[in-house]
Amino acid sequence: MSQAEQTHDRFRGLKVVEMTVNAGPVKLVEAASFNLAAGELVALLGPNGAGKTSLLRGVIGLAPRESGHARIDGQDTADMQPLKRARQLAYLPQNRPLAWPNPVRDVVALGRFSHGAALGRLRGTDLQAVQSALAACDLDTLARRSTSTLSGGELARVHCARAFAAEAPLLIADEPVAELDPYHQFRVMDLIRDFVDQGGGALVVLHDVVLARRYADRFLWMKDGRIVADGSPAETLSAERLAQIYGVRGDVDGERLELLGPL
Amino acid sequence: MRADFAALIVACAAALFAACLLGSTPMEIERVLAALVGRGAPGDELVVLQIRLPRALTAFAVGAALGTSGAALQGLLRNPLAEPGVLGISSVASLGATGALYYGLAAMSAWAMPAAAILGALAGTALIALAALRTSSAVTLILIGVGLASFAGAAMNLMMNLAPNPFSLADMINWMLGSVANRSLLDLAFAAPFLLTGLGILFAARRGLSALTLGEEAASGVGLNLRRQRLAVVLGTGLATGAAVALAGVIGFVGIVAPHIVRPMVDHDPARSLLPSALLAGLILVLADIGVRLTPTVSELKLGVVAALVGAPAFIWIAMQRRTVHD
Repeated sequence: MSQAEQTHDRFRGLKVVEMTVNAGPVKLVEAASFNLAAGELVALLGPNGAGKTSLLRGVIGLAPRESGHARIDGQDTADMQPLKRARQLAYLPQNRPLAWPNPVRDVVALGRFSHGAALGRLRGTDLQAVQSALAACDLDTLARRSTSTLSGGELARVHCARAFAAEAPLLIADEPVAELDPYHQFRVMDLIRDFVDQGGGALVVLHDVVLARRYADRFLWMKDGRIVADGSPAETLSAERLAQIYGVRGDVDGERLELLGPL
Repeated sequence: MRADFAALIVACAAALFAACLLGSTPMEIERVLAALVGRGAPGDELVVLQIRLPRALTAFAVGAALGTSGAALQGLLRNPLAEPGVLGISSVASLGATGALYYGLAAMSAWAMPAAAILGALAGTALIALAALRTSSAVTLILIGVGLASFAGAAMNLMMNLAPNPFSLADMINWMLGSVANRSLLDLAFAAPFLLTGLGILFAARRGLSALTLGEEAASGVGLNLRRQRLAVVLGTGLATGAAVALAGVIGFVGIVAPHIVRPMVDHDPARSLLPSALLAGLILVLADIGVRLTPTVSELKLGVVAALVGAPAFIWIAMQRRTVHD
């Protein structure tokens, strides 16, 4: 991982300023501003339709912005060539359809696309990165297996490994643990936490507040296209917040957190 | 894979030689070899170099163009059923050729029909390229292709409907059935620049097809320039397919069948499927054309008819194997 650490050392953070993303006349994200530093795992929380995915796509430069900036180390992602951008940030979208039943190793190797790797001819740093990503996600024994034969939990690990193989300093993940059982939710979040502890940064959309509080350093709360709160779980998580954001009654008391039902 | 690949090359060479060997004029191997190196009897050289070899090479070139185009389109659209026909490119190319026949241009110049087919393919390609710039959805692109194919089909039917005389009707029908009979090295030379340029563009863009395995969103995420990739595949396909249609008319389904057979041998990687798909599709058409020539029927069977008779059931079978529907 020495090369990865070097990359992470250079990462000085993501800075999003007054970013507005719209689709035609509809504002999906309005004037969003936040920072993300190396070594930080930030959870993006909010109800369905709050604009979380649009925020991620705007940050990456995949969704057209009406105004604002999203800069990594001073350069706007919207101005980066796709290859360069991919070396700065790895993106796990919400929908992760695999078109063909490729072997696990090949899917993970696609994380090296921006480094020029060609499937079936991996060598040097590409080969090392793929092998360490496979090992980190416990996929060594599955490397030759076809992805069409894997369970949901195994597939989630394959996608994580694909993102880690890029050795990009910033990970942006849209609901990486959706549809996973509790054990695999912990497994995937552990992987992301390890990535961050080694000096990376991660922006992760989560729906499970309990899980988010366990893993995240900071919460970004989103509602109706706006970031309404930004701070540590201790600062921003309260019964009032749960009511305001999700419209649910919650019992928040120190370490205890329970969702009791709709308002 | 390496052994499969070597076997495929040997099989292609053997099939091309067999195509020179077999036919209505029986000839021994030595005479064919002598003719191939220019030391045969004049009659032998005429049969081998002017008739059989150009025909076999045309079948191979058409197969290679369609196999590569099919494999590339399948990678781009992430759909094993995609091929030049699906995007309407073959149909518009064919419309160009039939138009040249209908307006009598083909009778005025031997170059008119090939030129019209390539212009048609490029027009179809340009339309698809414009659409590809406006949409990022593969489904939309396929639907536009279906519309394009339907329109070209209707326009061809209209021309047959209004055909001025039975002779031009027969000409058009002959063209639409698809064949490599009576092609000369000159025909091949005219199509080659387009065909090779198209194949070159597709091979240069092959790595992006691997990335598209992840879906368009994640493919952009790993660094693929989606628009450029789409343009490259559509342009390469347009040139290669236009050249193929100019040479042989519409030969369907080989662009679906060959990549389907190749895919499991290359770990389902679209990039690695291009070259073997080209060779296998070429091999299939050379063999099919030998079969067409050797079948004793009253009038010679058309290669396009035989390809569709075998290919269409294969298409249905492949369609029924699909487990899920992708976007």
